[in-house]
Amino acid sequence: MAVDPAIAHLARRAGFGYSPAEGATLNQMSVSGAIDALVDYEQVPDTVDDNIGTPGFLGITTRGPFRPNERITDARQRVLFRMVHSARPLQEKMALFWHNHFATGFGKIAGQIGPDAASRALGAKPSEDANGLRGQYELFREYALGNFRDLLIQVSQDPAMVAWLDGDTNLKANPQENYARELMELFTMGVEFYTESDVYEGARVFTGWNLASNRTADTRYATFRFRPEQHDTESKTFSFPIYPDGGQTIPARSSADGMQDGLDFINAVAAHPETGPRLARKLYAFFVSEFTAPSEALVQQLAGVYYATGYDMRSVVRTLLSSAEFQDPTHYFARYSWPLEFVVRLIKSVGWTGYSAGAAITPLANTGQILFEPPDVSGWRLGTDWFSTGTLLARMNFASSLAANQQFNLRDAATPQAGTPEGLLGYMVDRLEPGPYDTQVENDLLDYLNAGGAWTGSSAQVRTKAAGLAHLIGGSSEYQFV
Amino acid sequence: MQFTRREFMRGGVAAFTVGFAAPAFLSELARAQSATGRSLVVLYLSGGNDALSTLVPYTDPSYYSRRPGVAVPASNVLQVGADLSGHPLGLHPSLTGLKSIFDAGRLAIIQRTGYADASRSHFKGTDILATANPQSAQGTGWLGRYLDTLPSPVDPLSAWNTANLLPHALQAATVGVPSIPNATEYAFSSPNTGVEAEYSAAASLAMSSHLPVEQPQLSFVNSTAQAALATLDRVGAVAAYVPTAVYPDTGVGRALQAVAGSLATQVGTKIFWVQTGGYDTHASQGTVDGGYAGLLSTLDGGLSAFYEDLSNQGLLNQTMVLQFSEFGRRVSENGSAGTDHGAGGLMLALGGGVQGGLYGTAATLDDTPDNPTLENNGRDVKYETDFRAVYARVIDDWLGTDSVSLLGGDFRNSAVDFV
Repeated sequence: MAVDPAIAHLARRAGFGYSPAEGATLNQMSVSGAIDALVDYEQVPDTVDDNIGTPGFLGITTRGPFRPNERITDARQRVLFRMVHSARPLQEKMALFWHNHFATGFGKIAGQIGPDAASRALGAKPSEDANGLRGQYELFREYALGNFRDLLIQVSQDPAMVAWLDGDTNLKANPQENYARELMELFTMGVEFYTESDVYEGARVFTGWNLASNRTADTRYATFRFRPEQHDTESKTFSFPIYPDGGQTIPARSSADGMQDGLDFINAVAAHPETGPRLARKLYAFFVSEFTAPSEALVQQLAGVYYATGYDMRSVVRTLLSSAEFQDPTHYFARYSWPLEFVVRLIKSVGWTGYSAGAAITPLANTGQILFEPPDVSGWRLGTDWFSTGTLLARMNFASSLAANQQFNLRDAATPQAGTPEGLLGYMVDRLEPGPYDTQVENDLLDYLNAGGAWTGSSAQVRTKAAGLAHLIGGSSEYQFV
Repeated sequence: MQFTRREFMRGGVAAFTVGFAAPAFLSELARAQSATGRSLVVLYLSGGNDALSTLVPYTDPSYYSRRPGVAVPASNVLQVGADLSGHPLGLHPSLTGLKSIFDAGRLAIIQRTGYADASRSHFKGTDILATANPQSAQGTGWLGRYLDTLPSPVDPLSAWNTANLLPHALQAATVGVPSIPNATEYAFSSPNTGVEAEYSAAASLAMSSHLPVEQPQLSFVNSTAQAALATLDRVGAVAAYVPTAVYPDTGVGRALQAVAGSLATQVGTKIFWVQTGGYDTHASQGTVDGGYAGLLSTLDGGLSAFYEDLSNQGLLNQTMVLQFSEFGRRVSENGSAGTDHGAGGLMLALGGGVQGGLYGTAATLDDTPDNPTLENNGRDVKYETDFRAVYARVIDDWLGTDSVSLLGGDFRNSAVDFV
């Protein structure tokens, strides 16, 4: 049974699609009820990880014990598992949004603090880590719809971020510009709204925001530390207001009070008049459409909520999902899927029994998205950049391998409706839900079903053709949109 | 109006819907195109290459006083003589292969390339290099505009991106460029076997053949699929290529081996894009050893094997490698034994058609505000040669097209006559 289009749209954008069972549940809900359930996700217990390793769920492939807190390949599988199975899909979706927004790469950090410490810095879950470390991805889950200013503070003190943008070497005598530049250019207001001088001053603000290297028994890990003696205590002046009274200068402070410089500066970039609109546009492109720009009225509305609530992202996202623009049917499938969205949605709709998250890691790399390894600090290149001949073939080939893996499950589920080619096609299209096919494409698929002899509906024929359809639909261009 | 990168992609999407030549026609087309034969291999060092460590002004005392932790000792550089201004210069000791190519007269080093008011942003800087337009770095790339001049129908393998992501420089108005990071995995699979797999391939080809003009985004993905399916056979031949030199097992080595394979099997590709990263050396850059030396060893190993392979096959005279990065780095080192974002950079060209040597003049690095070879209060190297003059030379004299129309202005400069 097809899922109501408005609900299906919501499930694709505010989550990763739905399994047939989830689709049946979603169909019982109103759109506004579904939005509330997604946004107010704390009402649902965060128990998804309890099911890792449980029969009936997506599998895990690992050498030895599963160690997602200290081995990056296992951390990647845990993230995938959550995307497939979480009862809080919007939390996972926003964690991915922030992972792209504050894009941090494992490779460079591993070179600086070692692969184990880097894996912990990115993936550790506090309740499972011997030292209670919170990896960067857990930070993004914790603040998924939290306060943006608080998130900026946490990110600025996040060991993975400090290592990634060379904050550990930001010292009084030689300020390191990397973090201050990207905080303004990429994380908040945007490239047109700061000067080179602001970068130099901003670097001085964060002098002394360094790392500590720790070791307990055989465990190495990095933590944030402020080193007062490495903080530049002189005043810092910017081209934009730092304080509500319009003051543009952070005053000279004692080294002991020096950390307040950074907090003042983060307050200022969160409050900057371009930060709210920039986040609004980025969220619009993520949730609503990449094909059209948002109306200025919507940008102003979202930015207004952002400033009025003191940077509460839950209010901003709720406003966006409830907007007429979000619910406009012309925006259904008006976004190029990210490889993770494509892979997870296909797993949810085709099936996972007997399939492992580990089997999806290489296809994800071939389609252009390796978790914890964005191309650089500006994040992945979105939209049409996801699609080249090589990455599109990789998407088709992932659909092929998953379909082959699930061919018996698909056959059993499809058999009741496989009395005719049209029946099987209708079932598979409802189940996978590609963007709308025109008549020509439907005919191409029917030609495929009729190729090789008359339709008998035999077990072997249904198995072959259902898997073939899962491959062709999942690999079709219409399916690459969400 | 300001555009974000994403808005540009969205705005540019309709451009990709022009259909490709029919597969049956492609091999003819490729043969015709490869007969005229010249290829350009762009090798992009992403992150902002530290030009002062690539080509070392080893007699400049300020180089050593301003870089106590990252300067390459004079005794270690590979001397390449003095430039027009009399500055003795030396290549980084990791670049032994490039030094041999220089000695053979087939490596041109163009110093202090850049543009006025250089951006220190990776992303804006990359966009400016890609579009060749510092004022408004949106729209098609300079190599994309070259592809747009090719007569229609255009072979989808006219350009070949060896990176996963299509670089902005290759974004064209009427041509979609294939990205083939791994030729051996460039194949079509099916959950079924035998004749059923053939039915799947036929269905995939049919389904992606529809290019509805009112759905440009769908048409873009469909035309990408068509290009993928139409190029499987020729890319498969490249994957089977056996080189005549030993390429290092690095990203750049594998990419350059694929380029050589494409040249040797006469695929007909005119523009290749090879990218290698890690040049954003804010910390622990090292000198003779260390991070930066490792980057250059990787680069030198790949280029040396490529040069040898092409020489062995008599393909050197039809191939030019052009290497550059988005900016140079700051003159003084930072507190992390690294260097921050700077301005003027370095471009290299090598190949059988290149007149080797040193072009342009080195900066003097003394830290005085009125030093005319520096900018930004003596922090950064000031550009001397507009990077578009180098593009112009390549476009006019190597690719044989008109640089003035492709670059939107006359940037020809008789001093950079390396072709």
